[in-house]
This record gives sequence, C-alpha cells and structure tokens, in this order.
Amino acid sequence: MALAAALELDEIERDALTELANIGVSRAAGNLRDMVGHQVLLSVPAVAVMTRDHAATLLAERASGGLVAVHQAFAGDFSGRVLLIFPESNSLELVRAVAGGDLPLEDIVDLEQEALAETGNIVLNGCLATIANVLQRTLKVSLPEVIRGSGPDFLELAGASEEEDVVLFLYINFSVNERDIRGYIAMLMDLSSLKSMRKVLQDFIERTIGQIPPVADVVP
Amino acid sequence: MSYKVLIVDDSKLARMAIAKILAALRPDWTRIEAANPEEAVARFEENGADIALLDFNMPGRDGLALALELHDLKPEMPLALISANTQREIMTRTRQIGAAFLPKPLSQECLAEFLSSAEQQLRTSV
Repeated sequence: MALAAALELDEIERDALTELANIGVSRAAGNLRDMVGHQVLLSVPAVAVMTRDHAATLLAERASGGLVAVHQAFAGDFSGRVLLIFPESNSLELVRAVAGGDLPLEDIVDLEQEALAETGNIVLNGCLATIANVLQRTLKVSLPEVIRGSGPDFLELAGASEEEDVVLFLYINFSVNERDIRGYIAMLMDLSSLKSMRKVLQDFIERTIGQIPPVADVVP
Repeated sequence: MSYKVLIVDDSKLARMAIAKILAALRPDWTRIEAANPEEAVARFEENGADIALLDFNMPGRDGLALALELHDLKPEMPLALISANTQREIMTRTRQIGAAFLPKPLSQECLAEFLSSAEQQLRTSV
C-alpha cells in the first residue's frame, strides 16, 4: 500500500476533485430532470482512494438485489469509467419516467435496454463534458453499455491488470422526486490515471485560485 | 461603500475561487467564510453581513434552506445561490425567495453583475 499512500491526494486536490464531480453531476442532474420531468436530488460527492475490493463492497452494500448500470469509459489525459447505477427493481420505473407514463408494460420492457443506454449516455456525457470543460481538457467517451450484476462485476470491466488493485472511487447518490427511482453515479480511475489526474488537478487549482487573496478576514 | 460578504461553500477551493473574484472586483470589501450552513449562521450572528453568496449542494441543509434562514434574519440582505445545478425547481425556488442564481463555475462577469445590483438594492433599502 506504500504506492497508494504516495498517491493519496492532499486536502486541496481532494477538494478540487470533489468540487469538479459536484459541478459535473449537478449539470448532469439537470439533463436527467428534463428527461424524467421531476426534480433530481443529489448527495454531496464522496471521493476516496481505496482497494478495488473495498469499492466493490461499497457498491454491493447499497442495494440488496441485483443492479443495473450504464457504463462508459473515458480516455484522455486521464482515463477511467463512469457508471450510472441503480437497483434492477427501479429499471422499468426509470424507463417509464423517461418514455412517458402511458406506454403498456410490454412496450416499456421492449424499450428498456435502449432507454437505459440513452439515459446513461445523456447523464454521463453531461457529467464528463462539464468536467472536461472545467479542466480545459478533451476526454474521449465510449458508447454506453448496459450491464447487469452486482458491484464486483462492474469493477472487473476495466481491462486493468489484477495488480492494479487500488482505485480512486467517487460516488454521488441521486433520487428522483415523486418517483421510486434512486441510484448513484460512480467514477473509477486506476493508479496510472490518478498520477496524470493530479497534474491536471494542479493546473485547475492554480487557474481557479491563482494568488490567494492577501487579507484573511474571518475564515473558518 | 464597503460591505461585508458572507461566502458559504463546503468546498475550500470553491470559497477561494469566489474570494479571488470578489477581491478582484471589490478589493476593499470584507469577506467572511463558512464551510456549512450552521457555521454560516454562527458567523453571521457574530459578525453580521451585508451580502451572502451561498453554494447549493452542501452536507446537511442545502443553500436554499440557508438562504431562507438568512432571509428571515435579515430580509434586506441581497442573496445569491451559486450552483451548477440548473434544474428548474431550484431556480424557481431561488427566484421565489428573491435570491439571484449564479452558475458555477462562477465567472467574474456574473458576480460583477450581481454585486452591482446588490449595491443598488442596499442603497435603496437604507
């Protein structure tokens, strides 16, 4: 774990990453809101460097039954995956909310795969595009893929080697007002990406705060 | 006229970003920072404030709930919510309580426009 310790983000880097995620997901929530027609409520993002196993446990803990995720990979100065995850039991309700209420169940079921992919595409792209714009970097985003299973299944998709056991894990809970829809957005990066991410974060921090204003006034 | 501005955001970086822009626009104004709504109310009660800039998504209560509380404490204080969350429910509630909505990341132009209207509002409320 020495490597992980060396790559542990400092306070301001962690803060910057959390704030970036917050901005990205807040914008994406606006897209989701327009699709489902109800307000989308968000939690404050949590960011941590942890083992892949621990991240998988966190994912599994959040739902008792099976999970559905829309997954997209991104690549650029740093690479990783974003997932829009919700309990499998919410899946049809989400499709119904997106597609409109009057469709018969069989049509909803037919539409499910496509509607999930499209919803994920809009939400996740909205989030990544905002983050890329704020960082002034270009990210290439793969096509959405709908996957079903449990937490650990989602984390094994990476193509990252087994020994890259430590990941940066970021997640935000969301729920849709007046609908039984909840889930979360997770972002995962492996160690090599975390190294490049730190450089990009440093540039962003410098650009954002520049010279710290000289007078301290009243600060916490 | 120099005013006291209360800046509330759970992100230190976001507070620093707001402070930087504010210092560029109004170098002689006083900044008061708080990292959450509870601390914001405590700072406000200790120091008072003329204008408040509030983040929306914070642990515990959100920025709108804080705006309502500050509005009750000092109805004439100009308030702005700063957020990337542009869902219409949030923007409508922001307008309903008479607060401004400034998109995040905050630009100098947006804050400048809000500060000018806040100054106007404060001058006429005296």
